[in-house]
Amino acid sequence: MSRRKTTMASSSLTKPQMRGLLAKRLRFHIVGAFVVSLGVAAFYKFAVAEPRKKAYADFYRNYDSIKDFEEMRKAGIFQSAK
Amino acid sequence: SIHLPLESSDKTQGVSSPGCLKEGLTSSSVLRANLQDTLDSIQEMSFRAAWSLVLRKGGLGMRGIHSPGGTAHSKEKMPPYTSYHAQRSYPMPDEPFCTELSAEQQALKEKEKGSWTQLSHAEKVALYRLQFHETFTEMNRRSNEWKTVMGCVFFFFGFTGLLIWWQRVYVFPKKPITLMDEWKAQQLQRILDMKGNAVQGLASRWDYERKEWKK
Repeated sequence: MSRRKTTMASSSLTKPQMRGLLAKRLRFHIVGAFVVSLGVAAFYKFAVAEPRKKAYADFYRNYDSIKDFEEMRKAGIFQSAK
Repeated sequence: SIHLPLESSDKTQGVSSPGCLKEGLTSSSVLRANLQDTLDSIQEMSFRAAWSLVLRKGGLGMRGIHSPGGTAHSKEKMPPYTSYHAQRSYPMPDEPFCTELSAEQQALKEKEKGSWTQLSHAEKVALYRLQFHETFTEMNRRSNEWKTVMGCVFFFFGFTGLLIWWQRVYVFPKKPITLMDEWKAQQLQRILDMKGNAVQGLASRWDYERKEWKK
């Protein structure tokens, strides 16, 4: 059933975009996807991965495993080394 | 003057449009809106009022009596209305809104079979109203239903909380020994002694010299 569009003679609406709608949407979303994924990756690298690497490097720089072991032994957690 | 094609005033104008015989539906949709607002105002009241709200909401769900088309997707014929129900996802149902036409409306329908340039603006509006109950704007108008829904959702959250509280008091068995505070403290001490996750985790937050959590 067709609907009649009733407009006054004097008013004329601008012609809407008729073509290339999918292309426009695809471009927007592909660019956005690249930007968002690169942004998230960069954020993760500099907020999570780099600090973690630094924390491990700092921990093991002056780490004395024998001293650590003696502390644990004195605390009494081992069964085979009292 | 420039105005939108189908204002509400167009319902009363027109050469031969006394309105659909089911014009009472317009007032019933207004009535339903008023009913909706009344429901929202009742929401804040006591438990009993909330219960009556639930009952009335159930009554709304059975709105086949007061509005066209029964429930949103039923196709039963409820006299004297047809199963016309338009919504945003299904805007142009198969059947026209008005099928029982008065003599004037039938004459208009006959005129529609001729050239449409002969129709006046008011006649076009009348024909539209016969075929479709509301304009897209009217059909898509927002409502306050979400407030009712959220209110009922929160109400049932609260009721469930009460049930779970009762359950904890009267149903749960005694706490196992491993959940007692003394046991948990000894367990934490053992983890700290073992230096569990000493780089970034739990033991890294403990100050071993001062025997307290790091600030």
